[in-house]
Amino acid sequence: MGNLLLQMLAGTVTSLKIFALTLLFSLPLGLLVAKGRMSKNPIISNMVNIYIMIMRGTPLILQLLFVYFAPYYIFGASYDRFTAVIVGFVINYAAYFAEIYRGGIQSIPIGQYEASLVLGFSKTHTFTHVVAPQVVKRIIPAMGNEVITLVKDTALAQTIGVAELFRVAQNASARQFSTMPIFIAGVFYFLMNALVSRSFDLLEKKLNYYH
Amino acid sequence: MEIISVANLKKEFDGLGVLKGISFTLNKGEVLSIIGPSGSGKSTLLRCLTQLEPIDGGTIEVCSKTMVRTTEAGKVSYANKETLKEVRLNLGLVFQSFNLFPHMSVLRNITEAQMHVLGRSKEEANQVGRSLLAKMGLEEKEKAYPCQLSGGQQQRVSIARALALNPDVLCFDEPTSALDPELTGEILKVIKDLAKEKMTMIVVTHEMSFARDISDRVIFMDDGLIVEEGTPQQLFNDPTNPRTKRFLNRYEQN
Repeated sequence: MGNLLLQMLAGTVTSLKIFALTLLFSLPLGLLVAKGRMSKNPIISNMVNIYIMIMRGTPLILQLLFVYFAPYYIFGASYDRFTAVIVGFVINYAAYFAEIYRGGIQSIPIGQYEASLVLGFSKTHTFTHVVAPQVVKRIIPAMGNEVITLVKDTALAQTIGVAELFRVAQNASARQFSTMPIFIAGVFYFLMNALVSRSFDLLEKKLNYYH
Repeated sequence: MEIISVANLKKEFDGLGVLKGISFTLNKGEVLSIIGPSGSGKSTLLRCLTQLEPIDGGTIEVCSKTMVRTTEAGKVSYANKETLKEVRLNLGLVFQSFNLFPHMSVLRNITEAQMHVLGRSKEEANQVGRSLLAKMGLEEKEKAYPCQLSGGQQQRVSIARALALNPDVLCFDEPTSALDPELTGEILKVIKDLAKEKMTMIVVTHEMSFARDISDRVIFMDDGLIVEEGTPQQLFNDPTNPRTKRFLNRYEQN
């Protein structure tokens, strides 16, 4: 039993790594994608829109397979499975985050931009000091949803052979002819998401000083 | 001394003329009110002056700088970036809907541009901010957030925010239209006090008696044109244009 828990903890560490690295790269990349989607240049905005449609319109599991196997079939090049998982997750989640950012940015009243312009703020200052702080407050509930989904989605990494928490639990179940490990994994996911939920609640409270 | 000089200003929205050739000048220390029915182009005129709307023809000069002019071939040509930025700081604008920054404290609303745009130190900006808040009767509210203030208080903060940059001209775009009548008075009093201090102002307003009280000159606009212009006495007591008469009569009836 102690051995099983150790294995599952190792799997959890892998899941957490996927989770953290995905957020680290997809949060800023999403902003870039959102900017592209809102670009006045129709070529850029259409290309970005197609990218978002593909990412949201096809299963993540298929995207992971594609990211890992396509370079092999096309160039004969293979690479690290874990890297492929991160690439797959990042490009998928950046698309979702981009749409959340876009919704937030477009919900900021035009008067905020006009006041900034009349006061002489630069475009960058307007974005970083006027728009972005208000966007963060508005998108917290939607981001909370997405980040919770990400915790559970890490289970898909096993499709290309990365032994994360759920894979470890399944293997243990098969060995022991018991569903207990899978049930324990469920508890692990639940606890991780309880933490995520709580963090988002706290953040929401912290930004409650204005509306 | 002329601070603003506008000649033959034209603005269209989707081919529809909103300003059809506006010309006027504003002297230092003068208070100019612009009245007229909704849709006559009053607000658009202010938005063109403050660079919120690009113009489609004419010339605007502010503090002896040409902000925008139109060539003989009819091409509109704006000044370079630096000049436009200078002109932007020559003019302050108070919005109908305040447009305060909701996530910043009252004091921060007033200091942000001082620090970022004028490069004032935090201490200096705070000092200027506090003295303006005191002038607006809001010294207790510096730590409050806009959502905790009444509409009248928010509008006073936004006036302080504009004044903090020491504009040469302060423009008001229907500053009391979003307020209920009880709160209108406190804003009008602030503007009156500024007029006493010889602040140069352009006030777009629907408050006729107020325009009569504080203005040195009144412009009546209708359908994108200046119909009549004169001192408050001339315009309100003895309007010459039938359109002005009809407009003012309707106000007196109400």
